Amino acid sequence: MTDQPQTPQGYQQLAGAPPKGIPAGLWEKCPKCRAMLYVKELERNLRVCPTCQHHFRLSPSERIAQMTDNGSFHEIDADMTSGNPLDFPDYLEKLAGDVAKTGRNEGFLYGDALIGEVPVVYGMADFAFRGGSMGSVYGEKVARALERGATLQRPVVLVCASGGARMQEGIVSLMQMAKTAAACERLKAAGQLYLVIMSDPTWAGVLASFASLGDIIIAEPAAGIGFAGPRVIEQNLKIKLPPGSHTAEFQLAHGMIDMVVPRRELRATVSKLLAYLSPAAQPDANETLILPLAG
Amino acid sequence: MISTSRWLPFEKPLQEIEEQIKQLEELAASRGIDRSEKIAELRAKHTELSQQIFSNLSAWDKTLLARHPNRPYTLDYLKLVFDDFIEIHGDRRFGDDPAIVAGVGRLDGQTVMVIGHQKGRDVKERQFRNFGSARPEGYRKAMRVMELAERSGVPVVSFVDTPAAEARMEAEERGISESIASSMALMSRLRTPIYVVVVGEGGSGGALAISVGDHLAMLEHSIYSIMPPEGCAAILDTFGRDGSRGFEAAEALKLTAQDNLQLGIVDEVIPEPLGGAHRRAVDTAQLIKASMLRVLPKLRRKPIEELLEERYAKYRKIGQFAE
Repeated sequence: MTDQPQTPQGYQQLAGAPPKGIPAGLWEKCPKCRAMLYVKELERNLRVCPTCQHHFRLSPSERIAQMTDNGSFHEIDADMTSGNPLDFPDYLEKLAGDVAKTGRNEGFLYGDALIGEVPVVYGMADFAFRGGSMGSVYGEKVARALERGATLQRPVVLVCASGGARMQEGIVSLMQMAKTAAACERLKAAGQLYLVIMSDPTWAGVLASFASLGDIIIAEPAAGIGFAGPRVIEQNLKIKLPPGSHTAEFQLAHGMIDMVVPRRELRATVSKLLAYLSPAAQPDANETLILPLAG
Repeated sequence: MISTSRWLPFEKPLQEIEEQIKQLEELAASRGIDRSEKIAELRAKHTELSQQIFSNLSAWDKTLLARHPNRPYTLDYLKLVFDDFIEIHGDRRFGDDPAIVAGVGRLDGQTVMVIGHQKGRDVKERQFRNFGSARPEGYRKAMRVMELAERSGVPVVSFVDTPAAEARMEAEERGISESIASSMALMSRLRTPIYVVVVGEGGSGGALAISVGDHLAMLEHSIYSIMPPEGCAAILDTFGRDGSRGFEAAEALKLTAQDNLQLGIVDEVIPEPLGGAHRRAVDTAQLIKASMLRVLPKLRRKPIEELLEERYAKYRKIGQFAE
């Protein structure tokens, strides 16, 4: 499990200092192509760089606004907070810092929502909180989201952004992988649809548990996706990885995900899949499905 | 038999006494000098010192013990625990992974399906076994065996001993993450009892992939951890991002069998003979077997729906939070 192989990049931080004379907050630099972007325009473009199509990381509020029907999202268990099960040094201080930084109690949130008028359970990670790492609260919320879908007979849509399992909760974090994987099976046993959206990055303990168990897995373009981060592998194994490995496109080519979808098409794709596939959308089980005859 | 020629730093005082005993025995054999009294005295001292050392091991000492090159591995235990074992191979999709062994075992006259990580003893075998780091095909082979156990109505017994799952490119290409996730998912709903024992290193997701079950036991000096302590020290500011501070991270990670029992992760700690499993493999195997024979009948007697509910609840309740 990696804690944070790469420099965590808060979504609300500026990627670079604005040029002299330009007020901070109005312009943002694309971390990929270095173009200076007018923030309002960047936001209109769903925080995708108009120059190079780099997909900026999104905050949960942006994920909610971009995916769900207006005003339909209602968060559940927002007050849940982490303990320090191992009495790990510095952990509570680090948590407090991230609470102050993000204004949220933890790195995962979920709730009821409508996507294209289909009632779903919608959950998402906040990468700015401990690198989206999965500890007790995160694992508990993922499990509850999946169980809620099973109980209420609603599809579950989860957006991943994570460096892996959270180091400071040690073995307790690791076990969240088993907990969430078991909850995925409960949702499937209830006959419900489970959609996963992998955003940048989806690593390690999250990828090797609930994220890889989606009925359909969608990734955002160029998202980093892998069991171990390329840098971790290169350092530990002293090997050089080919460019483009451990990305959404790499995982698509190797059959591990279903599609790479640009952000501007994400909501429409998810809405269609929900409308076409969710059990609630199917004709009554007692009615015979009549197919038009060919010719 | 396993040699005991390699010594860990904290075993040094024991090594000295053993060398003294050996010298005296050789003296007795070659020149007929009877030093049996002195030898008995040294043996008593050895036992006393062993008790003292082994009851005060640090988390780092245990990490070294869990990785001891002479520690019995899965195949050693299979010979010692089971009346018979028929190994099967391959995932029917890509290949056979020697880092995971799987097959049909007979435990005291009853059939069990067996899976386990396998490390190598010498340089050649270590490479062949990939140091016990399983690839996707290893986990997929394990899943085949689990499904066969379910159909055959026999329990699954899993031996855990891996530094971590394989992370190299070829493992990534074949879906190491998916194989781990699917294996855990399958184990969470498998309609037959699952007994798991961590015999050496319980290394991260690679260990967890075959350790979801109804009863989780750990040998006294085994470890179970989210990450190797050196790796944890190397990436956290808490340890100055200094891999050489693994001994500090080992403490903080609470990775010993005793810590895992206290945290409610495991159900049982199986004691090891004095001096550790690597000193007395046969006795260790008997202790593992005794645990299996005690636990498995209880699990088999439970109605399957009850067993599955309890298994789900067992993982469901792990975690500490306030709401």
